[in-house]
Amino acid sequence: METQKTALYNYHESLGAKFMPFAGYEMPVQYPYGIIEEHKITRSNAGLFDVSHMGQLLIEGNEDLAIELEKIIPTDLKTIKLNQSKYSFLTNEDGGIYDDLIVTKVKKGFSIILNAACKNNDFKIIKTALGNKFMITLHKNLSLIALQGPKSSEILEKNINGVLSLKFMNGNKFTYKDEDIYITRSGYTGEDGFEISIPNNLVEDFAKKLITHGAKPIGLGARDTLRLEAGLCLYGHDINESTTPIEANLKWAISKRRRKEGGFVGYSKIKSDMNGQLTRLRVGVKPEGKIIAREGVRIFSKDGQEIGSITSGTFGPSVNSSIAMGYVKYDFSKPGTKVILEVREKKYDAKISELPFYKKNYAR
Amino acid sequence: MSNKKFSKQHEWVSVEGDVATIGITKHAVEMLGDIVFVELPEKGKNVEKEGQAGVVESTKAASDVYTPISGEVVENNQSIVDDPSKINSDPENEGWFFKLKIKNKSEIDTLMNEEEYNKFAKESNN
Repeated sequence: METQKTALYNYHESLGAKFMPFAGYEMPVQYPYGIIEEHKITRSNAGLFDVSHMGQLLIEGNEDLAIELEKIIPTDLKTIKLNQSKYSFLTNEDGGIYDDLIVTKVKKGFSIILNAACKNNDFKIIKTALGNKFMITLHKNLSLIALQGPKSSEILEKNINGVLSLKFMNGNKFTYKDEDIYITRSGYTGEDGFEISIPNNLVEDFAKKLITHGAKPIGLGARDTLRLEAGLCLYGHDINESTTPIEANLKWAISKRRRKEGGFVGYSKIKSDMNGQLTRLRVGVKPEGKIIAREGVRIFSKDGQEIGSITSGTFGPSVNSSIAMGYVKYDFSKPGTKVILEVREKKYDAKISELPFYKKNYAR
Repeated sequence: MSNKKFSKQHEWVSVEGDVATIGITKHAVEMLGDIVFVELPEKGKNVEKEGQAGVVESTKAASDVYTPISGEVVENNQSIVDDPSKINSDPENEGWFFKLKIKNKSEIDTLMNEEEYNKFAKESNN
């Protein structure tokens, strides 16, 4: 399959981006100032991310649609308010995760943001589950950009009047150059910020405006260090088809009603996970010293028993230390538990840590 | 003009008497990005030409460091272990990796000079 480019590709190139293939797209991994600086800019100022490779799905329908979608997505779609967003998943029969997603109630129905690598498969799963009753569109003509960081609301407000009043995990329709754009207050960095869905033909012009007002372009490299500091999962690494939301420590994302009533794919496994059958749990892992523990690094107890493995790890520029996430046997998941990591056949001390590693308040 | 020699694995070697100082090149550092971890060969260890002699990790990935010549490690640079960003800021001076007691001086002749290396780095771009 030929590598695709987003509508901002030429703009990234003009800004000096270094590219890498990601989920079938040629994506900017970093700009000339580098990942650590980009990370810090996002935490202190405002970073602009091109995430147009992600899937933007629209499913049109009303109450009937909410009832059907609740069978495959374990969140409250019957009671969700207009323009409200929820973090959720597409679950499989075994309670595993086909994809994690953000679903937003819009006037026409539901808008869902999907991971780039999963979007085509997700489309098939949703189409199979819903049949032909509802119109489903995976947008090809829309770009998605994220503006993240403490200055993002101020910068965005200068271009789009009214975004300041958006609450975290809420969105609304706005207009830019007489065309509809949809903005949600959300993100993947642990900072206040926005995701902006905008037609391909306007995205470069809009991105330039945000840059002119002080935002800096940020690549996928810093996006990864930012999300890991914020304790957020990366699909295909920290969660996948064999991890349940409960094992992944994402129980909070399944609402009380859905936990109790079930009625979605994979519920029996998820229910047994919640009722004391849980064998492993996703945790934060903080190595002592500078050693980086990457995906696949094995985790041992102090007495030498293998208890799990790392699923993501890097250097966290804002916490100024090595950070990681992984799965360990439930009995070893308590924060503070001392563990041993095996990196390149050498053993290193580490501790189970609370998540997130870095915490900031969102606009509520 | 530098008397440094360079390898295809993007290491530099600077020779003074029987001792060679080795590090990774500016080009290598640009390719790697921000370095956040380094592991060096221990003092007294014998390393073989083109054999593994350390690890550098950027925010993105881990890469092996090779030695361009054989010898015994007589010193390693603890200051880059404590502060790996020194490799980014000054790769070909302050950011040196280790010093070797040279085993076979003729190995040095097989390496590239600065001009040859710059051409190689530009063409390979990796």
